[in-house]
Amino acid sequence: MADKILKELTLKIWRQKDAKSKGGFETYKIHNVSTGSSFLEMLDILNEQLVSENKEPVAFDHDCREGICGTCSLFIDGRAHGPDDDVTTCQLHMRRFEDGATITIEPWRCGAFPVIKDLIVDRSAYDKILQAGGYVSVNTGGVPDGNAIPIPKHKADEAMDAAACIGCGACAATCKNSSAMLFVAAKVSQLALLPQGKAEAARRAKAMVAKMDELGFGNCTNTGACESECPKSVSIEHIARLNREFLKAKFKD
Amino acid sequence: MSNFFTSSIGKKFILSLSGLFLIAFLCVHLTMNLLLILDNSGELYNTGAHFMVTNPVIKIIEPVLAIGFILHIVLASILTLQNRSARPIKYALRNQSGNCEWSSRNMYILGAVILIFLVIHLYNFWWNIKFPTLGNTALNTVTVGGVEMEDTYTLVASLFKSSVIYCVLYILGGIFLGLHLTHGFWSAFQSIGFCNQIWRKRLECLAKIFAFIIAIGFCIIPLYFMLGLAGK
Repeated sequence: MADKILKELTLKIWRQKDAKSKGGFETYKIHNVSTGSSFLEMLDILNEQLVSENKEPVAFDHDCREGICGTCSLFIDGRAHGPDDDVTTCQLHMRRFEDGATITIEPWRCGAFPVIKDLIVDRSAYDKILQAGGYVSVNTGGVPDGNAIPIPKHKADEAMDAAACIGCGACAATCKNSSAMLFVAAKVSQLALLPQGKAEAARRAKAMVAKMDELGFGNCTNTGACESECPKSVSIEHIARLNREFLKAKFKD
Repeated sequence: MSNFFTSSIGKKFILSLSGLFLIAFLCVHLTMNLLLILDNSGELYNTGAHFMVTNPVIKIIEPVLAIGFILHIVLASILTLQNRSARPIKYALRNQSGNCEWSSRNMYILGAVILIFLVIHLYNFWWNIKFPTLGNTALNTVTVGGVEMEDTYTLVASLFKSSVIYCVLYILGGIFLGLHLTHGFWSAFQSIGFCNQIWRKRLECLAKIFAFIIAIGFCIIPLYFMLGLAGK
């Protein structure tokens, strides 16, 4: 069965020349979009149209386009990664929109994620948090045997649920406080739950929280908006674990 | 412990503990207040209130309670200000109804409304009991079981019997407090790290029940007087 065609869509898109310029919304019309195309493909069509009109195409982040890399972003109609749950923008399809609809597209709005151009934001703040402690130090030795360290299945599963985080930034973008707690909690949890990561758990929790605070992210108020918008459904139970890890580490000092 | 009180989680830890302390206070406060509607002669309430003001434990707790309130308010204000500045450019379009509860998004506003209520409430009763000569309402003494004590029952009863506006105000206070607690109760446990997948459901359910009991409990007292159930 052929996909339905959306005859006309109105797109309200945030345009900003560079980090220093003042941006604003531009309105574009786009015609004959297949409901089978993804949201990013729709933007590709718009960009081809803009190029043919000798206009600057809309800059947006994308890479794998199969929902696993965490590169795409976009705040669509007031929600991070658009109206669908548990998907990234690249996995959002045009069948979610009605013919004749007006779609508002904004970049992530968060002080720690400054806009570079149009819809692209600088998410290196998350890299800096990871660099502060989101790793396991392996200074020497060969590769250990995969099954040499016994790990209970439920622990491995919990760690894997946290490790599903792709660092897209939707948590901080959607949080009313611009808090990065879900991201930091996922990264702390995935390691704290496993024996390899336990050794540095205290130092890691302190360093990553300190970096998160320093970069100007807000404070978590447990609204749970982050887990609703997280494309990987990372649970805020990990935030409770981060709180535990951090408090334990601080009380030992 | 260095930087504990400047870290986001450290501040939230203190905010949560002060919140839980205030929750404990609410339980005692509501229990005492319910004596108002159990005995229309007011003897039961007066005896209870007299016990509270003369009890040395309460004397020690009173300033601690004030500190609890101040800590809770000051920290919430600091955290809210930081949160506001964390997003210098706001979204043009936001749709949050699908991803979190209204009360969880508006804790500070709910808290501010409760604070306004608290100031009025303190003026109505605490001020008039502590400084009877300065207050507008005369506080008489009454003898219950051979002990002379302040007639606080009449102070409360006359306010609610004489003014529908105050009754409505106190009912609204109870409702806002309940809304604040639906999120605050379980959120406090989450912030101190006492939560996981299983306990979250339990705590959220418990929070709703607790908030309902507190809201209804505080609302029925002015309602009781408003409906004339305490007599004229």
